[in-house]
Parts: sequence; C-alpha cells; structure tokens
Amino acid sequence: MEFVVFAIFAALAVLAAAGVVVARNPVYCAVALLVSLLSVAALFLVLWAEFIAVVQIMVYAGGVMVLFLFVIMLVDLEQRGFDLGAGRIGPRPSAFERGLWAVAALAFGALVLSLMVRSLDLPLPGADRAATMLQGPYAADGRGLGNTEWIGMLLYTDWLVPFELASVLLLVAIIGAVVLARRDQADAPAGKGAA
Amino acid sequence: MYPVLQYFVVPFIHGVVLTLVLLLCVAYLTFMERKVIAFMQVRIGPNRVGPRGLLQPIADVVKLLIKEDLTPDAANRVIFYIAPVIATLSTIAAFAVIPYGGPEATVSIFGFPIRPYLADVNVGILYVISISSIGVFGIVLGGWASNSKYPLLGGLRSAAQMISYEVPFGLAIIGVLMVTGTASLVEIVQWQQQHTWLFWLQPFAVVLFFIAGVAENNRAPFDLPEAESELVAGFHTEYSGFKFAFFFLAEYIAMIVVSALVVTLFFGGWLPVTFGLGHLFPKLPALLSGAWGGPWVMLLFGMGWVFIKVFFMLYLYLWIRATFPRYRYDQLMNIGWKFMIPASLAWIVLTGAGILAVQAIRS
Repeated sequence: MEFVVFAIFAALAVLAAAGVVVARNPVYCAVALLVSLLSVAALFLVLWAEFIAVVQIMVYAGGVMVLFLFVIMLVDLEQRGFDLGAGRIGPRPSAFERGLWAVAALAFGALVLSLMVRSLDLPLPGADRAATMLQGPYAADGRGLGNTEWIGMLLYTDWLVPFELASVLLLVAIIGAVVLARRDQADAPAGKGAA
Repeated sequence: MYPVLQYFVVPFIHGVVLTLVLLLCVAYLTFMERKVIAFMQVRIGPNRVGPRGLLQPIADVVKLLIKEDLTPDAANRVIFYIAPVIATLSTIAAFAVIPYGGPEATVSIFGFPIRPYLADVNVGILYVISISSIGVFGIVLGGWASNSKYPLLGGLRSAAQMISYEVPFGLAIIGVLMVTGTASLVEIVQWQQQHTWLFWLQPFAVVLFFIAGVAENNRAPFDLPEAESELVAGFHTEYSGFKFAFFFLAEYIAMIVVSALVVTLFFGGWLPVTFGLGHLFPKLPALLSGAWGGPWVMLLFGMGWVFIKVFFMLYLYLWIRATFPRYRYDQLMNIGWKFMIPASLAWIVLTGAGILAVQAIRS
C-alpha cells in the first residue's frame, strides 16, 4: 500500500519537475513546480514525516511559490526581449558545448546518487538521543520520526549552532533585500516603489 | 477486518458527507449574510422565495448552475479552469482535521468506527495553515489567467495581502502551542476540557488570530482583492456561472474554517458552555455534553455546541462587514507588518514569561 502511494507521488513529482524545464509559458512552469513540491510533501507523509511535509507545503508552496508567481506575473518576459516561442534565451549552443553540459549533468547526477546510496547506511544523526529524550507516545516505536517534538528537541540541543547560523543567514538576506529595494527607490524618485 | 474499506472507503464517504454538509452551510450562510446585513441596515432582505425567503439560496444555486459560463477569448484556458478548483479544494481540505466531537463520541456504523473528525494528525494546526496557504494560488492564478487588468491587480493585491497576514495568522497560535504543548486540534480541546478555555489564557491571541483570519479570507474590511469601487470585482471579474460559484464557495468555506478554528483553539470546540458554573454544579458539564447518553448523544451534543459557537463567529464576520469601511491598501499593509506581526511576537514573549512564572510558582 505504501508502495502504491509512493509510486503515484514519485511519478507525479518527477513528471512535474520535467514540466518545469520543458514548459514554455513561465506560469505553467510555476504551476508544475507547485505540483512537484506538493508531491514531495506527500512523499514525506509516506515516510511518517508529517512535520516536514507540512513545512514543505507552508514554506515552499505557500510562501516561495507565491512570490515566484508574483514576480512572473509582474515581469512581462516577452517585452524584455526573451523569445518565449523559441523556448530559449540566447543563441543555440554548439554541439561541443552541449556535450560538455551533458557530461557535467551526468557527473553531478552520479555524485548525488552516490551520496544518496551512501546515506542509506548511515544512522540518523541523534535518533537514539531523541528517543531517550522524548517521553511522548511515539518514543517507544520510533514511528514519529518527523514529529514536531522530536525535531524541536534536536534542533535546540544538538543542532543549535547550525540552526542559529541559518537564522543569521536569513536575517542577512532580509536586510540585503531591504537595502537593495531602498537604493532602487532613491535612484528613481519618480516611481513610488513597491507597496 | 476490511482494511481497504476502513482506511479508504469509509473515510472517503465521511469526507463526502462532510463536504455536502459544508456546501449546505455555505448556501444558508449567504442567506444569513443577506438577512443579517439587511437587518443592520434596516431593510427586510430576501423574502420572496419560499416561506420568509428560506428557499432563496436554492434559487441562487440553480441560477448559478444554469447561467452561461463565459471564458474570455484572451484568457489562458487551462489555468482559467483550474484556478477556481484550487481555491475551493484547498479550503474544503482544511476542514479534514477540525473536530466536531471528542474521541469518546466515536460512533459505530455497520461495524466501522466513525470518529467525529476526519483525521487527528499530529500537526493539525500547521496542516490547516499550510493548506489554506495553497488557496492563494487559486486567486492569483485566476487573476492572471483572465488576461485583464482589474483581475490581475486584484490577484496581485491578494497575493501580497495573504502572504502578509499569513505571518500573524501563524504567530498568533504559537501561544496556544506553548500552553498546550501539542499541535493536534483534538488534543488542544482535550487540554481545554481539563483546564479552561484558552480564551481566558490567550485573549489577545484570539483577537490577533481573528483579524488575521478575516484578512486571509479577503473579507470586509480587508476585501481589497475584490474592491468593487476600484477593481470592478477584482480577481473574479471575468468569471461567471459555476466557475464564479467556486470562488464564492471558497470564500465562504474559508470563513467557516477560520470560525471553526477560532472555536476549536480558543473556545473549547465541542465542549459545552457552562458560563463558569461547572465548579458550582459538578454535574453540569456532563449533562450539557450529553455524556449521560452514550456516543450518539455525545456526538449530537458536540455537533450542536460546535455549530452554535461557529454560528456566533460567523455572525461576528457579518457584523464586522456591516460596520467597518474598507481599508486603503497602505493602511492594510501598515496594520499587517507594523502592528499585527510585532504584537503577535510580543504576545509570544509574554506567554513564555507567563508559563515560566506559573512553573516557578508551582515548584
């Protein structure tokens, strides 16, 4: 039963990901990406990782994708000289260039695949520790691997430094965005700037 | 005994029944809206179809069904069709985790246990928030696919508005999570059963949550995406017939979802209203929750309480709509980013301090 659900959503995720690359209309690309993200969330559910699944939907589908769409809808690509009908930007690459790209893509794919296979053997970091720390209903059977409590405990104990570093990174990004937006406004006093 | 039946067919039927009930509620919510607002504006409201106008929603549905379904020539047909579906499906899906009775009100039909909620997931609240954040795609895509300037502006406004108010919407419930220690909606109500309604502990969070909820629903006074005096009808200007009805449904179901969430999180969900007399008369809660009559009675009573409480929240929605004028766009953004978010963050800090203080007193 798990396999059937996995197969459906894995196929959907891969097909939609292909759609992101193949589709010519940028809004179709965005919708395909949305389908792909939601399918991956379903795959997380198959792994009992409810929290990650929900966060995947909330952050990527509900937040990031809406902003993508926002930008796509505002920027008229055809006006900016991109020939959407041809489906590419710039001149057609030579055969040598294309071969080079294919080799690079294959090498990267092999690297990711080998890492994935290798990680199957590794124990989940901190899993045993979380099991002892957590005295909830899921402590015994380890079923709630993605549970909110579990992730929270690990995040604020073993992984505190990376967690805080990630939040500093996000803060830097936010401040950077504000600085860029403000400079834009100063350069063009006629435009009121984005609301 | 039949896992396929128990885990797929029965929940499917449960979901279908729940959806049909929701649709009926939406039909009469529109009637209630027209009647209540008419009352507040000293009018009579619809009173021609059926006794006291009670069949008006049926007539409206039939009208929407048989109306010509136009698609503009310049519209992007695929996305024009799927946008209303996304909007409606995401709001209906949010209802799956909202309990209308306790686990003790589980009834058995043909040997299958039917719980008074479709699912009790560990991440209940987060599920509702994430699913409702999908709903914005329906509006944004619908506005874009119409290929017309007012829908596009309405869609963009709604994208900015819903993203802005999702933040305080999520932050307002963190206090609830901190106090109860769980994100499951059923367990949150059970916590309130043992202690007290979270409204008494989180009064400010209720206000923030409800305001953010009204803004998330694009309801007055935050109905800028469809501000008729500026944008004709906003994102659904080009929609007609049943595709328009889908957007309409999405908005009203979302109202019911937010009301049900407020009731579940802060007003004790299926728990009876005892007006604080539970301590004086210890038997009162059991009497009012139907605990004297087995699961079917408890289910009926639980549904009754949820219905009454949700009804009051919906009335509040209509009251607000009849009372306040629409905000200007910059006012909307200022309220969202400069008041709602800092206030909800401050409330989280206050809640944390309160929990620490209680722990210090108890130890």
